[in-house]
Amino acid sequence: MTNRIGDDAPSPPPVRRVLFLPAEAWPKILMPLLIGILSLSVWEIAVRVNDVPHYVLPPPSVIWQTLLRDWHSLSVSLGITLQITFAALAVAAGLGLALAVLFAQSKWIELSLFPYAVVLQVTPIVAIAPLIIIWVDDIRIALLICAWIVAFFPILSNTTLGLNSADHNLVDLFRLYRASRFQQLVFLRLPSALPLFLAGLRISGGLALIGAIVAEFVAGTGGRASGLAYRILEAGYQLQIPRMFAALLLICLTGIAIFLALGLIQHLALRHWHESALKREG
Amino acid sequence: MNHLGPTTGDPLASAAPRALVVLRGVEKRFGTGTLALRGVDLTIQTGDFVSLLGPSGCGKSTLLRIIAGLIAPSAGTLDWPRAEHDAAGVAHPRLGFVFQEPTLMPWTTAVKNVALPLRLEGMARSERLERAAEALRRVGLAGFEHAYPRALSGGMKMRVSIARALVTRPDILLMDEPFAALDEITRFRLNNDLLSIWRETGVTVVFVTHSVFESVYLSRRIAVMAARPGRIEREIAIEAPHPRDEAFRTSAEYAAACRTVSAALEEAMAA
Repeated sequence: MTNRIGDDAPSPPPVRRVLFLPAEAWPKILMPLLIGILSLSVWEIAVRVNDVPHYVLPPPSVIWQTLLRDWHSLSVSLGITLQITFAALAVAAGLGLALAVLFAQSKWIELSLFPYAVVLQVTPIVAIAPLIIIWVDDIRIALLICAWIVAFFPILSNTTLGLNSADHNLVDLFRLYRASRFQQLVFLRLPSALPLFLAGLRISGGLALIGAIVAEFVAGTGGRASGLAYRILEAGYQLQIPRMFAALLLICLTGIAIFLALGLIQHLALRHWHESALKREG
Repeated sequence: MNHLGPTTGDPLASAAPRALVVLRGVEKRFGTGTLALRGVDLTIQTGDFVSLLGPSGCGKSTLLRIIAGLIAPSAGTLDWPRAEHDAAGVAHPRLGFVFQEPTLMPWTTAVKNVALPLRLEGMARSERLERAAEALRRVGLAGFEHAYPRALSGGMKMRVSIARALVTRPDILLMDEPFAALDEITRFRLNNDLLSIWRETGVTVVFVTHSVFESVYLSRRIAVMAARPGRIEREIAIEAPHPRDEAFRTSAEYAAACRTVSAALEEAMAA
């Protein structure tokens, strides 16, 4: 009885860590950083040597100074853009998931509604944003709807695919034990769909930000809801190009932060079991 | 064949056989028009170990799925004389099913995978986890309760799958080529463990395989099947007494039985 489990029980190899991170994670961080520093240096030097005026192309150092100097007004705009982005992402995730679950319950509902989700997806947001802004009184809600339209589809289509791709033998097993539809959904289909749902969420995170920015551009309103896009427009009219770049930089950093945060959520949720979160040896 | 010899440890030796499931004239035609099974008559006695042996395409897996209730037969009947029946007269035998792949939920631990059938029945958490841990011990996986499937080897995953099939204390254990994907050493070990589980629990086993050697080693009875259309060509009793162990694999009795079954299989395929 003692050695009944002779079949090769694998044990994970010890991970070598440098400064709290696995040793092989460092090149992934250092190499892009090196390229970034190099390009910024070339930019800085080229602008200074050629004496390019700041209203054409400001050097990175000036952009950074502007960002610090205008941080107060820019951070308020950043907050507004973030609010719209996250609200849109949350609604997209909730509605996308709910609709995907509905599709999984009935092929007829999926057949009838899915094409309209595609229509929503392929219609350029710039083209319908003005309409939405006219129809909806509250500009923030109008912006939210625009961002939601852009962010919604990847979550819906990914989750629908995930719910339908549960292991067929497991589906049979649930049938064998006479599981209810609800049990099958909760214990089998939703966990099966989790990796694809999270992948969709990661795409939608970036898209929600883009949707929010595009809608702000179209709305073009100051005062009540002036997000980062409005700051860019404003700085453009006033030819304050460094400020324009500073706002742009904030948008980029926000996008990267969203992508990384959703990646972290994905990793934490899947690390125990999903192939995408596992490292292969050799 | 040899009827003599010790019979201790053979669950059927003491009790008179009682039919657990009776198939009469079972036929299956798929939507494509293929006749997968024709005229299958088969009675499985309580406590028996029956193998369905045949080449691929002979409908042995289809037959197993019909017994499991996963596929409805196109014609013929399936009776479970001793099972519970609901108001509509539909039998609900207690089944355990083991697929060719371990078919575990990768997102959860071994013990929770095993507890799944009990969870679906609505059993309380502490009770079902206790029962699942007990089932894991029975298949030799004590200490692996909280391992995720990916951390287990192929043989261990299959043990988890068998534990899950046993956790409801089923009347019948249906196994669809469960060890076909495993290496020979692991397969032999699982064969022996399956036999001891069968002896200890008294569960009826229906075992689908395409291996003559495996079916002879395990079974009390072998239904030899043939293809196009799928059918049972012959039934052969393997009279060698249980418990069987590795010594049986090298015995003359085993070799003789393998020859008989191989010849029957050849004949069935030629017919």
